[in-house]
Amino acid sequence: MSEQHEQEHEHHIVSPKIYVTIFFALLVLTTATVAASFVEMGVFNPIVALAIAVVKAVLVVLFFMHVKYSTKLTKLTVGAGIFTFLVLISLTLADYFTRAWGRW
Amino acid sequence: MSSTIVSLPDQSTARIPKVNFLTKENGLLSWLLTGDHKRIAILYLISISFFFFIGGALAGLIRLELLTPQSDLMATDTYNKVFSMHGIIMIFFFLVPSVPATLGNFFIPMMLGAKDLALPKVNLLSWYLYVAAGMLALYAMITGGVDTGWTFTTPLSTHYVNTNVITTGLAIFIAGFSSIFTGLNFIVTIHKMRAPGMTWFRMPLFVWAHYAASILMVLGTPVLAIALVLVVLERTVGIGVFDPAKGGDPLLFQHLFWFYSHPAVYIMILPGMGVINEVISTFSRKRVFGYTAVAFSSVAIAVFGFFVWAHHMFIMGVSNYAVLVFSLLTMLVAVPSAIKIFNWAFTLYKGSITFETPMLYSFGFMGLFTIGGLTGVFLGTSGTDIHLTETYFIVAHFHFVMVGGMLMAFLAGLHFWWPKMTGRMYPEKISQLAAVVTFIGFNFTFFPQFILGTLGMPRRYASYPPEFQVLNVFSTAGATILGVGYLLPVLYLTWSLKYGEIAGNNPWQATGLEWQTQSPPLTENFTEIPIMDHEAYDYEWLERQKEKEVTSVG
Repeated sequence: MSEQHEQEHEHHIVSPKIYVTIFFALLVLTTATVAASFVEMGVFNPIVALAIAVVKAVLVVLFFMHVKYSTKLTKLTVGAGIFTFLVLISLTLADYFTRAWGRW
Repeated sequence: MSSTIVSLPDQSTARIPKVNFLTKENGLLSWLLTGDHKRIAILYLISISFFFFIGGALAGLIRLELLTPQSDLMATDTYNKVFSMHGIIMIFFFLVPSVPATLGNFFIPMMLGAKDLALPKVNLLSWYLYVAAGMLALYAMITGGVDTGWTFTTPLSTHYVNTNVITTGLAIFIAGFSSIFTGLNFIVTIHKMRAPGMTWFRMPLFVWAHYAASILMVLGTPVLAIALVLVVLERTVGIGVFDPAKGGDPLLFQHLFWFYSHPAVYIMILPGMGVINEVISTFSRKRVFGYTAVAFSSVAIAVFGFFVWAHHMFIMGVSNYAVLVFSLLTMLVAVPSAIKIFNWAFTLYKGSITFETPMLYSFGFMGLFTIGGLTGVFLGTSGTDIHLTETYFIVAHFHFVMVGGMLMAFLAGLHFWWPKMTGRMYPEKISQLAAVVTFIGFNFTFFPQFILGTLGMPRRYASYPPEFQVLNVFSTAGATILGVGYLLPVLYLTWSLKYGEIAGNNPWQATGLEWQTQSPPLTENFTEIPIMDHEAYDYEWLERQKEKEVTSVG
């Protein structure tokens, strides 16, 4: 058992350069969120803000949380979470989008 | 009924092993700071039994109030609080942790040939969170209670009631983390801690069922937590996500709530189905028919479970098109559930069946769960649902699944593994009687409610038209029988702790790895790490083992 464990604890070492790059990318995207909030885009304002937030979250998950360098099992686990979230959103929207259609 | 597979050691010479997980350390702190999955399971067993009897007492009050058509035992708003707390306690503090946190906690590592769960401290933390949440819920109950029903439906919960919604919501929020930690621990353990030779398709089906339930706990519970936090924020600072006046939508709460709470019924029932696999196989001396199909049906239930939630909302104002889609998707869940029931029936076919108590409870499960499941199809069909929803038909349906199914499975498992957990047998005759009393009491209590529902008696009211009284008296009378059925195990199981017969390692001649070690087990479970060199439920392997033992001693 212990031998197996040691094998799995081999961590990929991420260089400081990547951390710094991601850090600045996150700063730039934060500035973009603030800037976008001053532009009048109507319904697209929240969409743009959410899109930027999603990009930031993906960067954090991939690099800061090491998912990019993890095993396939970890990636599958993250994928399962995203899949479940998409089911929640899409099937809930299936109700909202069709409510105004009336009776079938 | 005279035939039995029970094989006990010679009672005049047999002793409980001096060193075991119960005797290894002494004192209160050795329990409160333990990392041993078996001790944590015992802690959980005591705490969930405590909450079960509080929930049961509340159920008794409900049935007493409904004995007469008028609301005379308690005021109507008290009645609302009583049924709300009954639901909250039974679901979040009994059914969700019942089998996983007690039997699962105790036996998953042993079935896999591991020393403990992967994260022992997280396991202990989950128990503390459970106790903290339970105390908070009890505090909320004592200081005025909550009357929203266990569903916290908006806008009732956010705008209209003035009871302890926030405290109870936070209690369930905390209990949710306890459940997530248990699920996470099981997933990691099943992936990482299997003994050499224990491949995925050699695992007992009990473990497969818990794996599927754990996926639901980890992926579903956060959504409930978010939904409850939003209710709390709506009540405290009025953020408006559920308030149409501020651009919100009250139905959004139900989407979020049922996205967890529908899979939650599978969190509750899947571990119970896991227990039934082990019991049916052991007491018919046969490998579970269609092992792979049963294993994957657990996973299929878990996956489909996320696609059906809006069938709780057909009359709530969701779109007609969504009703159509969710009604069709709901029918999917019937398939894997039916696979399980049919495969258990085929396991029994030409098996050497014996009728020990766990088997009696399992038969109860098969019959009652089938009725509960099939009436679910009535409710999933949108046309009949419009007539039947919010009536006693629903109450009868989910009690058939949860009490007739899950509670029967819990009692089956508790009796089945009691000799392993304590080293002593429960008394067979009286426990068979208790199983039969439970079954009779259950049917008396809940079958009349199906009829009441089709006649149109609504749920959640303290009073009803006088023509419904006869069936309600039947139901209340049945509840008293059911109460006796649940009190008996408490009495004789406690008695058996001191006076039960010594069980020996493997009283049922079962094949699981947990039976191939002493009872009660050592803190480390096994003296050496077992090697799994045979398929699950291989009774011929067990026979060969016994021959080997005899020859090596001779």
